[in-house]
Amino acid sequence: MQIKDLFSKKKKYASIPSEVMKQDLPDGVMTKCPKCKKISITKELIKNVKVCSNCGFHHQMTAFERIEFLLDEASFEEFDKDMISSNPLHFPDYIEKLESDRKKTDLNEAVVTGKGTIDGIPVVIAVMDSRFRMGSMGSVVGEKITRAIERATSEFLPFIIFTASGGARMQEGILSLMQMAKTSAALNRHSELGCLAISILTNPTTGGVSASFASLGDFNFAEPGALIGFAGRRIIEQTIREELPEDFQTAEFLLNHGQLDAVLPRTEMRSKLYTILHLHQGGVLQ
Amino acid sequence: MLEFEKPIHELKTKIDELKVYTNQHDVDFSEEIRRLEERLKTLENEIYGNMGVWDRVQVARHPERPTTMDYINRLFTDFFECHGDRLFGDDAAIIGGIASYHGLPVTVIGHQRGKDTKENIRRNFGMPHPEGYRKALRLMKQAEKFNRPIITFIDTKGAYPGKAAEERGQSEAIARNLFEMAGLKVPTICIVIGEGGSGGALGLGVGNKLLMLENSTYSVISPEGAAALLWKDASQARRAAETMKITAPDLLELGVVDQMIPEVKGGAQNDVEQQAKNIDKYLYDALKSILSMDKEELVQQRYDKHAKLGQISFYK
Repeated sequence: MQIKDLFSKKKKYASIPSEVMKQDLPDGVMTKCPKCKKISITKELIKNVKVCSNCGFHHQMTAFERIEFLLDEASFEEFDKDMISSNPLHFPDYIEKLESDRKKTDLNEAVVTGKGTIDGIPVVIAVMDSRFRMGSMGSVVGEKITRAIERATSEFLPFIIFTASGGARMQEGILSLMQMAKTSAALNRHSELGCLAISILTNPTTGGVSASFASLGDFNFAEPGALIGFAGRRIIEQTIREELPEDFQTAEFLLNHGQLDAVLPRTEMRSKLYTILHLHQGGVLQ
Repeated sequence: MLEFEKPIHELKTKIDELKVYTNQHDVDFSEEIRRLEERLKTLENEIYGNMGVWDRVQVARHPERPTTMDYINRLFTDFFECHGDRLFGDDAAIIGGIASYHGLPVTVIGHQRGKDTKENIRRNFGMPHPEGYRKALRLMKQAEKFNRPIITFIDTKGAYPGKAAEERGQSEAIARNLFEMAGLKVPTICIVIGEGGSGGALGLGVGNKLLMLENSTYSVISPEGAAALLWKDASQARRAAETMKITAPDLLELGVVDQMIPEVKGGAQNDVEQQAKNIDKYLYDALKSILSMDKEELVQQRYDKHAKLGQISFYK
């Protein structure tokens, strides 16, 4: 080291702010779009339902942000709020990970379920939140969704689900897999009675969640650009030993391959859902 | 021969050598042989009676492990294979058709691995595409129409993770099977005979009874996949397998499996005739126990069985 370095003010290394410091900062006043890099005022972004005004990128939304934007004011009544995961396989570190996600997200699990109205039409709704254990489905996610569907069935209400999940939760092993069967069975009953189910796949919806309730709506929609698929991109590339197209497993790719009814921009979500709900309220030829 | 069987194999070789020596020379080793054979018996009981999780994984993946077709040929008569999903193609990774089981017409469906490389390529190593699940569903709906019980054999590493599979809706195909199987108005029995790999296995696995061969596995993800995701190290597969509870005894304890079918010593590959008989006994009883249920009872029983799976708690 040279003497002059001692007087230089420039640091020779980058410092990463600690978790504590990050949390001390006020919520970002500005947000940068990961796609077009445009920096916008966070308040404005939220007003535009977290859709970038420049390129249309759909930023991640929390479960309660969605509920707030979709349902009529103060109409939401939450179900099973206090249901939490236990550790059936005694998986190492699982309880700690759950605890830390609870603190981080203010949620008890990766899905929020309840009842509310959309322009006066009552619905049962389930909204997944990918910030909690990547939205993965263990016993609690499966059970909450199943109970919500059962409630919709018994009250003859439409069931709407917003999915966001990396798939089945590994730490609960086979019990996670069985939630796929459980939720699908509940949807079958709901359907048998002639009730309406709508699934909106948001970024990301993969694995065991895409291979169960997410694909079982009478109407299956997705948000623009959402990643949707059964197997992970890397696994597929390793298996078939070829590069996949850029848009592989995006909402638009699925639409092109006949796997979705429509790709719905978030800004139109509420009005489009209302149209569908309304058309299922019955009517007479005049 | 698998790693854990080595001591047995070594002892067997020694006994054989002694026998040959006795025959060729004028020395009597019969007392020695008798002693060693007794020891072999104890050793076999010890090793096969205390198989670890990883030992069972190896047996479940044994290249000579009997496949769906091996059991169909031994358990049923008049098997008539039906092909195609009527939508896209015929997936050889899943076979299905109608047959007679002790005089009762049934529909049989199962994952099908190959016996050699050539057949494995044709059958995609038993890893189905969407058309496989859709063929299975078509056959299940046909079974429902004619009021035939359904028996499925589960034996797959998983649904195929490929480009074409995604394009044609692998997720939807599996999801649709779960949805429709839940509502089938005929008795349905599912038997895991080898590897039960995640959603690809479950796609044939929503029944009134789930049976599992002693050395088969059933898991949400392969041990290698779990290790890669959890510890970023696929070589920790053994540790992942031991943590995840994927063997028949573990799943029986968790209440996921209704009954465990015992295997012949060392695994089904050692005696497929006897193994088929073991399956027959359990399958017969399982089928008999649900044949008298009416349509509503069957659907209700299946619903309740799956609804109770999982473990939850509440904030106090």
